[in-house]
Amino acid sequence: MDVANRIRAKLTEALAPVRLEIVDDSHRHKGHAGHDPRGESHFSVTVVSEAFRGKSRVERHRQVNALLAEELRERVHALALRTLTPDEAA
Amino acid sequence: MDTTVSERIRRDITENDVVLFMKGTPVFPQCGFSAAVVQVLNHMGVTFKGVDVLVDPSLRQGIKEFTNWPTIPQLYVKGEFLGGCDIVREMYETGELQESLRAKGIAVEDR
Repeated sequence: MDVANRIRAKLTEALAPVRLEIVDDSHRHKGHAGHDPRGESHFSVTVVSEAFRGKSRVERHRQVNALLAEELRERVHALALRTLTPDEAA
Repeated sequence: MDTTVSERIRRDITENDVVLFMKGTPVFPQCGFSAAVVQVLNHMGVTFKGVDVLVDPSLRQGIKEFTNWPTIPQLYVKGEFLGGCDIVREMYETGELQESLRAKGIAVEDR
C-alpha cells in the first residue's frame, strides 16, 4: 500500500475522523534535504476528530505522530499537521 | 540517551527564556521549517537562543527523545515545550502565541 493510503488507514482506524485531508507535498521539496526520489516524503495532514477534545496541540500531535511512527521512520521526512475538533473546524 | 546530552538540553532551556532547537542558525537556517519559526519570533521581536542541532548528531537525536517529539524545530519557553513549526505558526496566526509568551513574562512587540 502506498504511504498516503497507509496514513489514511491508520488515522481512520484510530481517530474516526469526521474530516481527513492528506496532501502529498513531496514535489515541492525536490532536491531539498530529506527528499526521497520515490516521492511520498512530505505530507500535509488535516485531521478533524472528536478524539482531540480536551487535549492540547502538543498532545494531539504526539498522538498522530505515534500512530504514524513507522511511516515517519521509514519514509516520511516531514509531516505538517493540523489537528482540530469538529467544533474548532466549524 | 546520553546523560550529558539531556543535561545540556536541560541547561539550555533553564538558563534561557526562549530556546529554539533548529537546523542551522537564526541567521542562516538550514531548513524551511526552522526558518519559519525564526521568522515568527523575529517578527514578534522576541529574543531567543537558537541551538543548531546539525553540529551535533547526539543532540539532533537527543532532543527528539528528550521532548518525545519526532521533528525539528522545537520551541521551548521558560523550560516548557511549546510546539514545533505547525503549532507555532498556528498559535501565531490566532494570537495565542503572543498571549502565551506575554503570560510567561516574555516581551513581545506589537505589530
